[in-house]
Amino acid sequence: MSEKVGVYICHCGSNIAGMVDVEEVARWAGENLNDVAVSRDYKFMCSSLGQELIEEDIKNEGLTRVVVGACSPHLHEKTFRNACEKGGLNPYLCQMASLREQISWVSTDKDRATEKSKALISGAVERVKLHEELQPTEVPVNPNTLVVGAGIAGIQSALELADAGHHVYLVEREPSIGGHMAQFDKTFPTLDCAACILTPRMSEVGDHPNITLLSYSEVEEVTGYVGNFHARLRKKARYVNEEDCTGCGICIEKCPKKVVDDVFEAGLGYRKAIYRPFPQAVPKFPVIDTESCIYFERGTCKACEKFCPTDAIDFEQKDTYIDLDVGNIVLATGYQIFDPTKIPQYGYGRLANVFTSLEFERLCNAAGPTEGKVVLRDGVTEPESVAIVHCVGSRDKRFNPHCSAICCMSALKFGHLVMEKTGAEVYSFYIDMRPIAKGYEEFYDRLLEEGMHFIRGRVAEVTDAARKPGEEGKLIVQAEDTLIGRQRRVPVDMVILMSALEPQSDARDVALQFGISCSMKGWFTERHPKLDPVATMTDGVFIAGTCQGPKDIPDSVAQGAAAAARVQGMVTIGTVEIEPVVATIHEELCSGCRICNTLCPFNAIDYDAEKEVSVINQALCKGCGTCIAACPAQAISGAHFSNGQILAELQGLLYDVFGSNGAKAPVETPEAVPA
Amino acid sequence: MSEKGKLALYWGASCGGCEIAVLGIDDKILQVADAFDIVFWPVAVDAKVRSIEKMEDKSIDLCLFNGAIRTSEQEYMARLLRQKSKVLVAFGSCAHEGCIPGLANMTDKEAIFQTAYHDTPSTHNPDDVRPQTETEVAEGTLTLPYFYETVKTLDQTIDVDYYLPGCPPEPERIWDALTAILTNQLPPPGTVIGETTTVCDVCPREREEKKIKEFKRTWEIIPDPDKCLLDQGIICCGIATRAGCGALCPTVGSPCIGCYGPNEGVEDFGARMMSALASVIDSDDPAEIDRIIQEGIPDPMGSFYRFSMAHGELRRVAPISGNGKPGEPA
Repeated sequence: MSEKVGVYICHCGSNIAGMVDVEEVARWAGENLNDVAVSRDYKFMCSSLGQELIEEDIKNEGLTRVVVGACSPHLHEKTFRNACEKGGLNPYLCQMASLREQISWVSTDKDRATEKSKALISGAVERVKLHEELQPTEVPVNPNTLVVGAGIAGIQSALELADAGHHVYLVEREPSIGGHMAQFDKTFPTLDCAACILTPRMSEVGDHPNITLLSYSEVEEVTGYVGNFHARLRKKARYVNEEDCTGCGICIEKCPKKVVDDVFEAGLGYRKAIYRPFPQAVPKFPVIDTESCIYFERGTCKACEKFCPTDAIDFEQKDTYIDLDVGNIVLATGYQIFDPTKIPQYGYGRLANVFTSLEFERLCNAAGPTEGKVVLRDGVTEPESVAIVHCVGSRDKRFNPHCSAICCMSALKFGHLVMEKTGAEVYSFYIDMRPIAKGYEEFYDRLLEEGMHFIRGRVAEVTDAARKPGEEGKLIVQAEDTLIGRQRRVPVDMVILMSALEPQSDARDVALQFGISCSMKGWFTERHPKLDPVATMTDGVFIAGTCQGPKDIPDSVAQGAAAAARVQGMVTIGTVEIEPVVATIHEELCSGCRICNTLCPFNAIDYDAEKEVSVINQALCKGCGTCIAACPAQAISGAHFSNGQILAELQGLLYDVFGSNGAKAPVETPEAVPA
Repeated sequence: MSEKGKLALYWGASCGGCEIAVLGIDDKILQVADAFDIVFWPVAVDAKVRSIEKMEDKSIDLCLFNGAIRTSEQEYMARLLRQKSKVLVAFGSCAHEGCIPGLANMTDKEAIFQTAYHDTPSTHNPDDVRPQTETEVAEGTLTLPYFYETVKTLDQTIDVDYYLPGCPPEPERIWDALTAILTNQLPPPGTVIGETTTVCDVCPREREEKKIKEFKRTWEIIPDPDKCLLDQGIICCGIATRAGCGALCPTVGSPCIGCYGPNEGVEDFGARMMSALASVIDSDDPAEIDRIIQEGIPDPMGSFYRFSMAHGELRRVAPISGNGKPGEPA
């Protein structure tokens, strides 16, 4: 049974035709390759006219296979598969050869590019002849969604979904939702109060009938696949019974133990051993920090229990586990702040009046430890001059090569707040000012007018070693002012370090747990950097906010909403098609050696102890091929990537060695002579 | 004329173990003798090549051919027996996939001759005499077979009907093959007589998920009697080796070395073993992985291509000239 293959060579305007003689490739394929019934070149194969060309040829010429030499299959494989389907051919009987990404864009020699194109087309033709018809399977989508992380991105996602009538489980590992935004005082560039815009959202989440809020909880395990995930959550013991607690706060008031609050107050303020991170916390229930609680330390006290009017304190409470079935997952796990002690020359932790940006947010915050007064570490002295150091741990190959995206704007906001609250002189040491979004450049202009000083240069050192008169008792910020080409030493009272945004320290573990990929640093990887920014390579798992990369509040909110929209689409359709390009273990070949068991990046392989064979859950399988390559018995085969198909493609690529009919080149055989 | 079938046995490049293995079927050899006239078996029966040459084509019912093809004589005999036999079986690992003789494909003819006729300490060959295919002497011309550059498997030389793997094949499988012929219940041509799964399938040891921190050589460890040898770090080729032997070696605590060859459908045994083991090394640190491999697998070719060098995708290293120095590919 010989196939009838149609070959289509795309010019892609001049993208391909500029470097590859496309007419020659089409002519050559038609004349030289076996089983090629039609071979054409066309200006834009992805245009509707180009697609119709394929459809018509399938109908009129009886094509049984289609090869398109165009761009990367990442871009248009779907397009051409659809064209085949419209022509009445199973979409998997189509193969693309990437003449643009793999040849024309990366070549400088037209003759050799044309020859290479012939090889790629030959490979695709030999391969496509062995393609098999494949059918996607359909599975139902559970309408419930798990949102992990309840910062502003996660809150937005949860509310969008809940408002659309879908149930959401919102998980947050801290005692309250709100994330970093809850710590901020004002937001740039509008200078509206962060709490004023965030807390209504938080209480909405707390009250929403479609949202199950699971604070102080962490995801322990995720199994399943798109539409049908199963998550196991650990709800950490609060030692406060949520059914009975009214949130009156008497327990907090009566608790005798005061500790430094390293988390919410960034180490600047205190909290009790039983605490709520901040007054507007959602949920309102406090939590006992067992490491500081006197009862947990010494076995006596129980002041909170004595005074609680509703007997809600329960020292015997244990962690509980909650099992959830959800169809989709949104990860909005946020960021952490770069630890500036890694740059000792900036003096953080050594020089009292060097602050991190997060500490300064708390200083400014009316609900913060100083009730909004900008003062030095002594708690009383207002600074007369303040230096703001940009790019601390950002744009620095030693730590993070990336730009943290928000620090320029935060620095402007800080400058404004310092001047407004203290009248101090403010010096901003920047590398480049990047006010790139709506209203940001205007805000920069405003600060220029307000008299903030801008010095272009990365800070070399912050020191208290005075060298000149006027430097005594001050912090001296040394930098090269690259606009005037001179070293500057600026004595100030206070230094604010604009620490980089970094992936959460456990981002990699989280990525592994949810089966998604992340960058070397730990930022979660989107499916496509431009066209699919909130999906991941794992179907049904979406990402939103700063876990994907540094971004400001509006962008985080937009991503949260976008992820929710993607989930809604899945829930509305109600079923999802699973790619048939998956691996299969052939039981009769499998010896149950268990080599493959730990290899699957999607946890799709289980061991059936009864049958003593390994089994692939095809709904979880992404067809990556790891197990196929590793199986020592070759008991695993990959649909659409069979050995036969791959070897045929190789043989086609090497047509000039093997001959176009796949026959091997003759090998030297010495004459056989009798003894 | 006898109604018995005609049986021929022959050997090419092999050690002779397969010849003895035929006798491993014990008293059943008498049934073989009842069923067949042995027309050709140089190791045991006197017969002449000339008499085989004179036989009609396809007049031998069964030929069991062991050994790989290294010389022109072996090739000639293989072609002759193919022509005269109805059913020809590649008997044993050498005929099936080259086995130990196939490891010579790691080097070439010149290097082998240099070692055998010059370099070995026990060789005294001041005139550097090498074997010649023709030598003139007073009585006439003496001939020797031509020694090929490359060892080939039997099926790289002639068409083979069935394969009986093993070094040597197990008596039960030999008997299976003979019964199949005797009862005329022949499997489809090209069948490898064995299972379609690997040794682990019949191995009684308990297997876990595999994560290997260290490969161990057999003398470095007294293995736990119940646990999978590979799980204990011993390179056991049972994961990739066709079942059919009854997992004799791993059952008694000795790792499978792969003599039954690759599983059904596998082209390259060594590549399968290597990709499998590479997949389960339990480390993400390149330096540590290098150490695990270098300390634990000092001889990858010997470990993974001991039987299949001539058979897989590699078949031979690029031809070298002189004594182990790389040269131009032929």
